[in-house]
Amino acid sequence: MSQSTRHHPKGRRRLSRLVNIGVPYFWLGLFFLLPFMIVLQISVAETALAQPPYTALWEWVADGLLQIQINLQNFMLIWEDDIYLAAFLNSLWVALICTLLCLLLGYPMAYAIATAAQRRRMLLLMLIVLPFWTSFLIRVYAWIGILNSNGLLNSFLLWLGIIDAPLQILHTQTAVYIGVVYSYLPFMILPLYANLTRLDPALLEAASDLGCRPLRAFFKVTLPLSKPGIIAGSMLVFIPVVGEFVIPDLLGGPSSLMVGKLLWTEFFSNQDWPLASALAIVLLAVLVVPFVLMQRLQQNMDEAAS
Amino acid sequence: MTKPFSALRFLAPLLMLGIASASAAEQQVHIYNWSDYFAEDTLPNFQERTGIRPVLDVYDSNEVLEAKLLAGSSGYDLIFPTARPFAARHIKAGLYQPLDKSKLPGLDKLDPEIMASLASSDPGNQYLVPYMWGTSGLGLNVDKVKAALGDDTKIDTWGLIFDPEKAAKLEGCGISLLDDPTEVFSAALAYLGKDPNSLAKADLDAASALIAGIHSHIRYFHSSQYITDLANGDICVAQGYSGDVLQAQERAKEANKGVAVTYRIPREGAALWTDVIAIPKDAPNPEAAHAFIAYLLDPRVIADVSDYVFYANPNTAATPMIDAALRNDPEIYPPPELRAKLFVPSERSDREIRTLNRLWTRLKANR
Repeated sequence: MSQSTRHHPKGRRRLSRLVNIGVPYFWLGLFFLLPFMIVLQISVAETALAQPPYTALWEWVADGLLQIQINLQNFMLIWEDDIYLAAFLNSLWVALICTLLCLLLGYPMAYAIATAAQRRRMLLLMLIVLPFWTSFLIRVYAWIGILNSNGLLNSFLLWLGIIDAPLQILHTQTAVYIGVVYSYLPFMILPLYANLTRLDPALLEAASDLGCRPLRAFFKVTLPLSKPGIIAGSMLVFIPVVGEFVIPDLLGGPSSLMVGKLLWTEFFSNQDWPLASALAIVLLAVLVVPFVLMQRLQQNMDEAAS
Repeated sequence: MTKPFSALRFLAPLLMLGIASASAAEQQVHIYNWSDYFAEDTLPNFQERTGIRPVLDVYDSNEVLEAKLLAGSSGYDLIFPTARPFAARHIKAGLYQPLDKSKLPGLDKLDPEIMASLASSDPGNQYLVPYMWGTSGLGLNVDKVKAALGDDTKIDTWGLIFDPEKAAKLEGCGISLLDDPTEVFSAALAYLGKDPNSLAKADLDAASALIAGIHSHIRYFHSSQYITDLANGDICVAQGYSGDVLQAQERAKEANKGVAVTYRIPREGAALWTDVIAIPKDAPNPEAAHAFIAYLLDPRVIADVSDYVFYANPNTAATPMIDAALRNDPEIYPPPELRAKLFVPSERSDREIRTLNRLWTRLKANR
């Protein structure tokens, strides 16, 4: 408890504690748990040609008999049909590559901003945040104009004489990588920047006093200390990219098979809400379970260290 | 059919309507239609004539419309789905209310052939009024196709896409297919000389093998991207909807960059589709919805829409009022011998649609 609450009587302290803990839990319950339960319920239903297009989970049959129907076929189909596994693996792969690219590009940028002069820093941060003022969809559309075979990039390269025929970049996996890295780079830079500005410069001075060269000091001091920023940034990029739909749909080609797109097909083209919900549940499990395990591991390691 | 996402063209009338919304007690009719599917003055004239304020929302795929309808309480009075398989399925799910035909004079002017064809999924034409119809054929950049295949090549054939030799030569200038299993499979089956509506395993396997064989030559599968790309000369062969290809033609002319776009109905056969008007069961204002349908049945009104969207309409009284260039275009108003080659997509069960869609996902990903 903080100093300000030390003088409060015990009852009030308990109340404020309850409110402090209760509000976020209420929020989580309302906006995460409740929707999750609804999706879970649909995922064990069966499709029906009705409004809404799935069967009810329970039904009152005569004489107070409650009939509950749980259909696990959707999960079995996801397990049995290898196209879903392929889509999951491909999505994870794309997310992994993009997270690494964002990290490689974003780290130097965040470092440069964090070490820039105070006045320049605001300007640089502004430049990172500014694209958010335009709709995400419009920005992805703009890439179509850039990557097209008649687009800006190809015209420029042709003009320079580097290539003699336009490169086919749009509608390939490369275009998806470009689009994703462009769109998610700020989510990597901002947490890294927040982390790097908080690092104590005295540590680097100490390293230098002890005869450590700048490059070595970076790898020995700055990089390990920025690990929380790296993890936060990577999670902010990795998690949404796994389920990304808009970018592969607009920039990707026929073979960029991703879970988000598959989910869209099941929901819209097939009107199969239960299977779409089951896919969403599996996606959540695929994302949440490793992160929970990782956090456990981290905690254990921290405890062991201290 | 699927329409391009061109925000400005549908925002302008919306803004105008917003300004006109000053008086409070007026009636409203909420319309959910494809983007770019009315003429520019269709809605303002309706308000002038009836005093009812039309409020327009737009979509660009039947699937989006269907998802809203199935979720319930969409709030729309009028919708414009494609007859098959969508409207047919919605009738079965009980999503529509029957039309009050006493409020719809002018129904008798509609093409009896099209009404008869609709009656097979809407017995007695109780729920649906046809709005526009068209075909799914080929959008071509003939100059580039001839440059790749020679001057005497036939251009009104699915072979441009499904013949691996031709497709390999056209790959460089760009081929696109619709992202729609029904359309692509029926085109492939027509090319193979089989029943385009067949769901027999042997036929589907043959069509799958055909599509897999040309997969590497296809630039993308998309249902509206091709409009812009044809107009800009980025692709040279597109499987596409008649009116959309003509829109591309118009845009190419406006841009004046030496790109000429042509629409052709392949002589092996092509799908004929009809977009219909229907009133959802939970429509807030069915009265006004009927008034709007009656307005669209006015030959002058619907002729103006056709002139703007480049699709044929089923109103026989409107045909003489349509721009001669459109009315006399055999690819838009096909003469009887060509019309005989068109086929109507047959109805399918949910299971069949899902099987086809999953087969499609697999094919697209080339697995």
